[in-house]
This record gives sequence, C-alpha cells and structure tokens, in this order.
Amino acid sequence: MSSEHGSEKNVSDDDKSLPETQDTAAGGELEKHPFADPGLPHHEPRIQDIDERAAKRSERVVALFFTISMLATVAFIVSFVVFPIDKIFYLWPLGHISALNFSLGLSLGVALFAIGVGAVHWSRTLMDGTELVQERHPIDSTPDEKAAALATFAKGAEDSGLGRRKLIRNTMFGALALVPLSGVVLLRDLGPLPEDKLRHTMWRRGLKLINMNTNEPLRPEDITVGSLSFAKPEGLEEGSHDFHREIAKAALMLVRLEPGDIKDKQELDWSHEGIVAYSKICTHVGCPVSLYEQQTHHVLCPCHQSTFDLSDGARVIFGPAGHPLPQLAITVNDEGELVARGDFAEPVGPSFWERG
Amino acid sequence: MSKTNASGRSKAPGGERIADWADGRLGIYKGAKKNLRKVFPDHWSFLLGEIALYSFIIIILTGVYLTMFFKPSMAEVHYHGSYVPMQGVIMSEAYASTLDISFDVRGGLLMRQIHHWAALIFLVAMFVHMMRVFFTGAFRKPRELNWLFGFLLLVLGMFTGFTGYSLPDDLLSGTGVRFMEGAILAVPLVGTYLAMFLYGGEFPGTDIIPRFFTFHVLLLPGIMLGLVVAHLILVFYHKHTQYPGAGRTNNNVVGFPLMPVYMAKAGGFFFLVFGLIAIISATFTINAVWVLGPYRPDLVSTNAQPDWYMGFSEGLIRVMPGWEWVIPTGHTLNFGVLVPLMIFPLVLASIAVYPFFEAWVTKDKREHHLLDRPRNAPTRTAFGAAWISWYFVMLVGGGNDLWAIHFDLSINAITWFVRIGFFVVPVLVFIVTRRICLGLQRRDREKVLHGRETGIIKRLPHGEFVEVHEPLSPEQLHYLTQHDQPKPAELPPAVDENGVERKVGRLEKLRVKISQGYFGPSGQIPKATAEEYKAIQSGHGHH
Repeated sequence: MSSEHGSEKNVSDDDKSLPETQDTAAGGELEKHPFADPGLPHHEPRIQDIDERAAKRSERVVALFFTISMLATVAFIVSFVVFPIDKIFYLWPLGHISALNFSLGLSLGVALFAIGVGAVHWSRTLMDGTELVQERHPIDSTPDEKAAALATFAKGAEDSGLGRRKLIRNTMFGALALVPLSGVVLLRDLGPLPEDKLRHTMWRRGLKLINMNTNEPLRPEDITVGSLSFAKPEGLEEGSHDFHREIAKAALMLVRLEPGDIKDKQELDWSHEGIVAYSKICTHVGCPVSLYEQQTHHVLCPCHQSTFDLSDGARVIFGPAGHPLPQLAITVNDEGELVARGDFAEPVGPSFWERG
Repeated sequence: MSKTNASGRSKAPGGERIADWADGRLGIYKGAKKNLRKVFPDHWSFLLGEIALYSFIIIILTGVYLTMFFKPSMAEVHYHGSYVPMQGVIMSEAYASTLDISFDVRGGLLMRQIHHWAALIFLVAMFVHMMRVFFTGAFRKPRELNWLFGFLLLVLGMFTGFTGYSLPDDLLSGTGVRFMEGAILAVPLVGTYLAMFLYGGEFPGTDIIPRFFTFHVLLLPGIMLGLVVAHLILVFYHKHTQYPGAGRTNNNVVGFPLMPVYMAKAGGFFFLVFGLIAIISATFTINAVWVLGPYRPDLVSTNAQPDWYMGFSEGLIRVMPGWEWVIPTGHTLNFGVLVPLMIFPLVLASIAVYPFFEAWVTKDKREHHLLDRPRNAPTRTAFGAAWISWYFVMLVGGGNDLWAIHFDLSINAITWFVRIGFFVVPVLVFIVTRRICLGLQRRDREKVLHGRETGIIKRLPHGEFVEVHEPLSPEQLHYLTQHDQPKPAELPPAVDENGVERKVGRLEKLRVKISQGYFGPSGQIPKATAEEYKAIQSGHGHH
C-alpha cells in the first residue's frame, strides 16, 4: 500500500478552485515562489516502528488497560451484589454518598475508560502512523449527468401528463390540501375551550381562609406584623382530584400592615384591621410569590424577581410582571374567622389575550 | 488461516463466508472497498462533534433503561418507598417512580445521573462543535445543509432536554412547566386556546407529563436520530474538512484511514466519553429530585434555574421590563413575556442564517474544504464572538439571583446590567474581536517577512543591539500565507459603455458596502507577498 503514502505522493498544486489572489506554485520551486506548498513533511518513524522491544512494551500497555477494564467489570458485578441500596458512607471531599451508586459508577466508568485508553494507545503507537492522502472530487454533477437527469425527469413528467391534464392536477392538489385537515380537526379534543375558566377561582362570599400549615381557619390574631401567612379556601383538601387546579388559582398570602401604612384606598377598603390578602400567584408567569421583606412590605417572586409593594395595592416596583397581584377582599364572620367577601375582582396569575 | 479439506481444495474462512453471504444480499464488498480506507484528518477540534454523537448514544441507551421504570402519570399516590423523608407524602406517580428509580432500583440512580449528565454534555458539545464549525468557516459550500441539520439538532436537543427534565414532576421541574404555561398564555389571539389544548385544560391538569413523555421519548428523539444519521452521511459524503498546512490543499484530504486507525481512535473515544460521564455521575449528584419534594402550584423554591442551555431564554424573561398593554379592542398584549418569546428564536436564528448571509456577501460559489484560521476572517470571527457574548449576557440574566448571592451584588443592578449589556456588550465584543484578529494578521505578516523573534540580542561591531530573527521554514511560510484574501465587491461604473445610466438595486448597494467592510482595508491586513519577501531577503542588514 505504499502508493497511499503521502510522502511519496506528488501533491498537485495547480488547483483551479483556489482563488486567483493566492500565489501558490508547483512544488519544488521554493526559490521562485517562497510561499509555495512544500508538500507533506517527511514521515518521522516512531520508536515503536524501529524498536520491536518498544512495540512489545506498547502492546503490553494496551493489554494492561484491557485487563483493567475486565477487572472493573467484575468489580461492577460484585458491587451490585454486595452493597445494599441504602448504604451511605462518608468520603472526603464528596461527603455522604451512596455506596452502591459510587461503586457502580466508578467501576463502570473505569471499565469503559480503560477500553478507550487501550484502543487509543494502540492506534497511536502500533498502527501505521503514516498520513495518507486522498483526492477530493467535486460534489456537483457534470453537465452530461445534469442533462441526462433533466431529460429523464422531463420524460417522466411528460408520461404523467400532469402538465396537460389540468383537471387531474387541480383535483389532486385539492385532495392533498384537504386531507391533512382531518388531522387538525382531531386535535380539537386535546383540551377544553378556555371559556371563562381563567376568570374564576374557588373563592366566594363567606368562604373561610384556611391556614396552609395548620389546616385550621385563620383568625385575625393569627396574623402578626412582619409575618407572611398562606391560606387556601375552605373545602379544598390536599389529595382531592381538583386540588392542584384550584390551588393554582386560589392560593393566598396574607400580611398585617399598620392601617396607616396602606397607601392605596381600595386596598384599605378590602383589608381587615390592616390584614391584606393577595393572590400568591405571580402575574408574570405564575410562580408562587413567596419572599417577603418585612420592613418594606415588598414581596418578591423567586423565579424572575418581580417585586410587588403590598402596602400600595401590590404595585409592581421591579421585574418583569406586567400588573399588580389581585387582592381578595376579606372580613371576619360571626365566629371571628377571616372569610372572603367574594371572588377576586380580576383574573389571577399570568395575563392572557382575553384578560382585558 | 484457511483450512484445507481432504481433497485439497481450500475453503474460505468463516468470516469470509459470512461476508460472502452478506455481499450476495447487500453488495458490501463494493462499499467496503471504497470506504474501509477512507481518510479522515486529525485535529482535536474535530473531536467536539464526536463527543456530541457519543453522548447522544449514551442518552439513548440510558433513556431506554429509564423507561422500564418510569411511570409517566400524574395520578396522585401516597409515597411508600424507601426514602424516609417522603413517607406518606402525596405525589404524582411520575415523581414517585422517579424516587423509586433513585432509591429502590439498584443502579437506577446511576442511570438517571448518566442520562442527565450526558444530556448536559450533549448540549455543550453541540454548542462548542457548532462554534468550531462557525469560526473555521466549515459551514461554507458544500456544507450549508449540514450546518442546518446540526443547528436543528441543537434546537431539538434543547427542547428534548426541557421535556426530559420536566418529567420527574418535582418542585423544580413543575415550576418550569408552570413557566411554559404562562409563556404560552402570552401569545396573542390563540395563547389561551393553545395552553388549554397542550395541558388538556387548566394548569396543571393531568395530561402534561404523559404528553411530554411522548415528545421526549418518541417524537423529538425520533426526529433527532434521523437528523444525526443524515448529518453523518453528509460528513462521509463531503469528506471531512481539514486545516491548512503543508501538503494539505482544497483538493485532497490528509489523515489516517478509517480502518484501523479511526475505528480504534473514534471507537476508543466513545468509551472514553462514556467512561468519563459514568465517573462524573458516580461522584457528582445532578438534579437531586428528592430534596424539594413533589410539585405543587402554590409552592416554590429559591434559586430556581433551568438546565444551562435554557438559561439564556430564562435571562430574556427575567430582564424584560413588564410592559403589558390593554389594546382598544379590550385585549391584553403582554409584551413582558411576548418579546422574550420572540427574541428566543431570533437569537438562535441569527447564527443559523449566517452562512447564507456570508455567501450572499461574498458571492462565493466555490467549494471550501480547507478551514479558515479565525483571524483570517476577522468580521466573521467578530460576529461569532459577539453572538457568544450576547448569549452569555443573557445567561448571566438567567442566573441573576445566583450572581447576586455569590458575588454579594444587588439583583436590580445585575438586571440593569443585563438590560443594557444586551445591546452594548455584543457591539463592544465585535469591535474588540475584529481588532484582535487584524492584530494577529499583522503579526503573521511580520513573522513571514522578518522571521521569528528569537529573544537573542546581538551586539553589532559598531555597538548597536539587534534582536536575532530566525527565518521561518517553508512549511510555516506556506501556512501563514496560504489563505484567500478576497477583494471587496465594487459598484459597477455609474454609466455603462453606451453612456446609459446603470441602475443598481438598493440591496446590491448594501451588499457592496458590507463587502467593503469585510474585505476592504479596514477588514483585512494584506498578507505578505512573495515580492516583498524576496525584496527583504535579498536586501542587506534589514535589522
């Protein structure tokens, strides 16, 4: 295969596809053209090509890695059998880790990696290290091929009569255009129509605010200045089939402000003894707003940092949210428990086209 | 090793007989003759695409395993597996089965970790591979289609990743699914309907995880597998590009044969990549879904971050001002979400269409198999660097909370930095990169004409100190001067030979202007010519 050896191959330089601005010349005329391509450098043999003992050494190294791989696979199987799945141990600097995951991963990794090292070392030290040269051929077809292809196509088109028989052509296009409609129609039942689903939540007049943590009705005295309380509507139980859908709209957060600190008149009207109830669902894209800054009464959404001022109608003071958090008007019932005075006056959560 | 039977007729060895059988049905000898010794050039940067390919294979292998145990269902169950902190907690079957894979299936956690790590590495490798192709101009004719195939793979990879990390239905991934609903709702006119149809009703419903599962294990990887095969067929068909150098021309390919060198090297490299990912998965936890618990629409954690490849879109959504208008028809336009939603594909498309833009500017119809050194295409290199900086500015925006915490900065300040940086940083990077490239071209020119600076100071008889310059070898001279320096396009004379005013379209005028920017005096440093070189070499005491 010496004909393949680059060093023996005369690399042609009269390259028509190269730019005119390029001044390469035929090889061997370096005197006349100092920048001409000198051709592939002479191949330097490796130590393994000359010294059979070095080659043997490389062979042993490759075999060693393949052997390591075999041993690691055995270690993998042993680990699988030996380590109980819940065994945790401490390993500096990784901390407390699963013995099974660690030993399986490490042994599998070594088994695979060693095969790779062996193969690459084999190719680099023992396989023929001479660079070969192959010619490229233009991708585009010759004019003859092109003409033959076009003629064949013309013959096929002529035979089909597609150009002449307009009736067939037009009805075929019509049929092909219509038939995918069935597929589109089938998509209709992927989900219900929106109707007014996004406009209502579970809240209605007289519904108690239930403390998320204790599952007990919230009373005004439960809510202290500086704390953030979360509430859900009475009758919504975790685990019920509609819990996720309803809590995604009805989740509330409550804070107590000094009534004098409330800057927004409607907010004051809808509050009870300075306690204000706002939708917990961010008006940006619906994350639950849950970081509360006691001193400023700002709440911040941890997802995209929209910040709302709870002392001023939950006005957006920073971040990407487009409108304030909706407020729920609250009061107390005869037993002194906090209740809603109705549903939210506007849709909660992210805005949508029909929201208005 | 042919065996001889009693009658003395030699019988072909077993392997050959099998090959004969296959040849009679597939004609394998023709293909083998042509391809077994096919030459591939060698360079470390060519391994980036290989890493992407191998991690894709690893993802498929581990993904098939995971489907044996994962239950894509949002039915609510009480958890009774072996992970004590979650005992009795109500959660979806999807989350419960993910916990089971992690705590009750031996090796399940390892497979999950390898799957996720390989997915991250897959995206990184595709991204960096794409940058290699971009900066070396490997996307030029005849490889534009393969560039697009690769680009589609990147985009599909992002969405396959997103649908994949949404499946466990833990608190973090559910937050991402919620974000997606909010984003879809922001689409004018049809957004509300799209959201209802995708989620099978109001958020979260019980359909989204099973639907994402189908996208993640069937639809998207099916398309990707087809594209990967097409990508590889084209690499084979076009023959690989190579870097310039002595003996390497646009018409040849210099390197090592597929059999045995590349079979061993590339095959071995698959095992290296797989082994390394396994070792990473053994030692570094990724996506610890058991920490935060099941998804609930009213709960969230801080530091909620998507996987890195979605980070730039997260940045867009975080830094966009909350512009929301109710238009006179009584409908809401939520630009705060809609604009990021539109910029997201725009960012990706801007790099995808670049090859076609450059081909339009240069009107270059030649095939290119020799790679450019990035410095020799300063405007392209500057564009690529600007694009990357743009991407990273948005990535900073996506992690603005983490930057704020780890560097003790104001989150508002970071957000404002990203808002301004979105427009300013790419421009600055463009200008700086272009200047660096031109500087490197000047240095190449100097080196060709005056040789390499040796650092040896010589004192001349009359007391002058000079530095000794060592002339370059013919290989180096060729390497530094082999590149093409296109001439900028020029407008044709205002009147033609008959004295009639020539009409030049606006687009053509624009093209000429851009071409001047690319290849005019401000766009490239003329490389050393043989005449200059000879003049200096023949002159005396040029130092």
